[in-house]
Amino acid sequence: MRGLIGEDILTEEGEFIINMGPQHPSTHGVLHLKIWLDGETVKRIQPNLGYIHRSIEKMSESLSYRNFIFATSRMDYLAAHVNNEACALTVEKGLQLEVPQRAKVIRTILSELTRLQSHQLWWGCTGLDLGGVTPFFYAFREREAIMEIFEETCGARLTQNYMVPGGIMYDVHPNFQKRVKDVMIQIKGKFEEYDNIMTGNVILENRLKGVGYLSKEDALSYGVTGPTARASGLSCDLRKSNPYSAYDQVQFDEILDTGGDCYARYMVRMREMRQSVSIIEQLIDNIPEGDFQAKTKNVIKLPKGEFYQRVETPRGELGVFIVSDGAASPYRIKYRSPGFSNLSALPIMAKGGKIGDLVAIMATIDLVIPDIDR
Amino acid sequence: MFLKEYFGTIYKSVKSLLIGMKVTGYYFTHLKEIQTEEYPDNRATLKMFDRFKGEVVMPHDENNEHRCTGCQACEIACPNGTIKIITKQEILADGKKKKRIDTFVYRLDLCTMCNLCVVACPSDAIVMAQNFEHSVYDKKQLKKILNNPDSKLMAGVE
Amino acid sequence: MRIFLSYSFSALATFIHSFLAGLISNGMFLLVTEMVITGVSLIVFLVLLCFFLGYMERRVAAFMEIRLGPNRVGPQGTLQIVADTVKLLFKEGLTPDSSDKFLFNLAPFIMVVASMLVVAPIAFAKDFQLYDINIGVLYVSAVSSISVIGILMAGWSSNNKYSLLGAMRSGAQIVSYELSVGLSLISIVILSGSLSLGDIVKSQENGWWIIKGHIPIIISFVIFVIASTAEINRAPFDLAEADQELTGGFHTEYAGMKFAMFLLSEYINLFVVSAIAATLFLGGWMPFHIGGLVSFNHIMDYIPSSLWFFGKTFFVIFIIMWFRWTFPRLRVDQLLTLEWKYLLPISMVNVIFVTVMAIMGWHL
Repeated sequence: MRGLIGEDILTEEGEFIINMGPQHPSTHGVLHLKIWLDGETVKRIQPNLGYIHRSIEKMSESLSYRNFIFATSRMDYLAAHVNNEACALTVEKGLQLEVPQRAKVIRTILSELTRLQSHQLWWGCTGLDLGGVTPFFYAFREREAIMEIFEETCGARLTQNYMVPGGIMYDVHPNFQKRVKDVMIQIKGKFEEYDNIMTGNVILENRLKGVGYLSKEDALSYGVTGPTARASGLSCDLRKSNPYSAYDQVQFDEILDTGGDCYARYMVRMREMRQSVSIIEQLIDNIPEGDFQAKTKNVIKLPKGEFYQRVETPRGELGVFIVSDGAASPYRIKYRSPGFSNLSALPIMAKGGKIGDLVAIMATIDLVIPDIDR
Repeated sequence: MFLKEYFGTIYKSVKSLLIGMKVTGYYFTHLKEIQTEEYPDNRATLKMFDRFKGEVVMPHDENNEHRCTGCQACEIACPNGTIKIITKQEILADGKKKKRIDTFVYRLDLCTMCNLCVVACPSDAIVMAQNFEHSVYDKKQLKKILNNPDSKLMAGVE
Repeated sequence: MRIFLSYSFSALATFIHSFLAGLISNGMFLLVTEMVITGVSLIVFLVLLCFFLGYMERRVAAFMEIRLGPNRVGPQGTLQIVADTVKLLFKEGLTPDSSDKFLFNLAPFIMVVASMLVVAPIAFAKDFQLYDINIGVLYVSAVSSISVIGILMAGWSSNNKYSLLGAMRSGAQIVSYELSVGLSLISIVILSGSLSLGDIVKSQENGWWIIKGHIPIIISFVIFVIASTAEINRAPFDLAEADQELTGGFHTEYAGMKFAMFLLSEYINLFVVSAIAATLFLGGWMPFHIGGLVSFNHIMDYIPSSLWFFGKTFFVIFIIMWFRWTFPRLRVDQLLTLEWKYLLPISMVNVIFVTVMAIMGWHL
């Protein structure tokens, strides 16, 4: 099979190679794509990683179970809460710790807010990648309101580090409920505007429809998860199939589409935003009273063994695998990040398309490069 | 039939484009929707949230007394080695020797504002401040000593 | 002083001419002096106009994107663009080592010259025209397509694959859209019966063509605006630059003043296209007249003709800017589909309608 990393790929007659990235406006960071082109048609793609590798996994091996969580905020920086939650859940699994109900509900609300703001940023960036600058600013207006919720409660906007083993670091701010409700009303009013400027637009439809097809079989075999896989008809929502935190207490639909193209991925995310709003609205009035954190020992020591927990980030399935030898810090940590698997399907999606299609595909699989490289 | 489809496409396309233009046109004519915060100008009124994690500070009261006992819990809790506490032996009035802090070194350039040190502190000696304008010309200025010169441990904190 | 108050540029021109004729007796030398004065003042005018257009674009974009836009340098940020120009002036104009250095440095000048040439037959006000060439419309459509040579030259000589792709896209685009632009222009030529821009403006004395010409002219106006937006490479048709795909397209390798030249030519093109649209469809400097209503027409005449011209031109410029800050970009094959499957057939049929209308005298 041609196209594997390290294998020498020859340039055929009439082809030429373009290096997209590591500094390119639409690779969303330092992704390097080597593209074989015939005119404007993409023949092959070889993603080249490693430009932002910070060895978070190795670093975590020398940190205690309380400390290693902070670094995961920098992994998928648009979903810091979900990453932190995944780590906290894994440690709790190892400790067999029951998290207070209050903490569970707050975690779920914050995770959904994270999903909402991540999708909003994705929506703006999709517009930006397709050449329309204006949606970006509309998306950031609502995202800013969510960021203020995070800032008021967690003290940080992007790298919150709010989830700790046993619950949450401190109780939510007294204004939390009111502010979330206000923001939900604001966002629900803006969905129509999003549709007017982007979803219904004929240029956008033409740019996305029938572009970057990913079949259900391919999605499965490449390990594609999240909205990208659900747009191909692959049911993989962990919130539904393996509920964690308070997801078993809420009613919501798993968004599935059978299109498999960029437009299906676009629509899945647009519909997911509405589902997130619905989940938050179900939970926000029902935050139970009680502790926000279970009692843990000063020095957390996981029993000897292997622990795995997966959560649904805005981009797909994040798995945290901890091997413990009984010491105060993990023996080995492995993150199964959604971006890496989703990127691996990019070459088959982009093959045969134009350069403009490639940009649209990269926009709709919602790449976050630090998540891929870690 | 073909013509109907052809003009139907044109009608739908033009309509969708006009709907899009209506959105931008609305914002062009409604300038009160502008979201820009003119940052250096609004500095006087700009207030960060109480919990905003700007930097670690050690509050001192009016007698120049702090609450840090030098237990080094924060130093252990810090994932990045941001905090370094240098202790000294101090002879108290009753002749006993006690461990007291000499310098509380805080390196802002290493800090990720994860709040773990503040949570770990048993005597609430350090808190997060809301200041966010940290830029300096010399990196050395980011290495801060949090306890004031000649400060004492507050009475009753152990 | 009376000359300036009369709003008549022809009086001003006559005054300057007679003033110079008093100083210079040699007829040839007088002509050359006047041409130099005209050329220099035109360049200064166009550069100042581009400063204004740059400022306008940033403000329009900002307001549509719920931002404030430039508001620091000078009153309301008006001098921001001057500051940017100064910055570009001091920036090193890099020439890549492996480029074709002669063509690389020549391309920006070709772009600017090509766009400045088109200004010649435009009537800025009543009796104020650089050169009322009798084949004005033909001249405009011919000269405006020279700019594609500049783009191709820039893309080829940069020796950069992104630049080359951008240039090739632009070549295909401009050559195709030239057709619809031409056909839209022809519909006005059919109605007015003249290729001269001055005559076309005069033919709209009893009403602008967009009002007199009924639906076919409205269609050709819309097609003209769309096609000329594509011809001057502005979003949503900015495939030649395509920041997100080609990192800047044909001007990827340009920096400093050479880059500023491309920007200058883009804004001059924007102005020229809008001015042509205003002249042909909206009556140029002609005030809003309704045939028969003498007193109403007389009141309209009190508004200076240059104000009418610039008002209409900036109206069209605003519409083109509105496009840019609303729509996503088309893909390269969709761009050609739009032209060959929609704009061109429609404008061809439209020309037939206009011809029938002209023969039967159905227009007002």
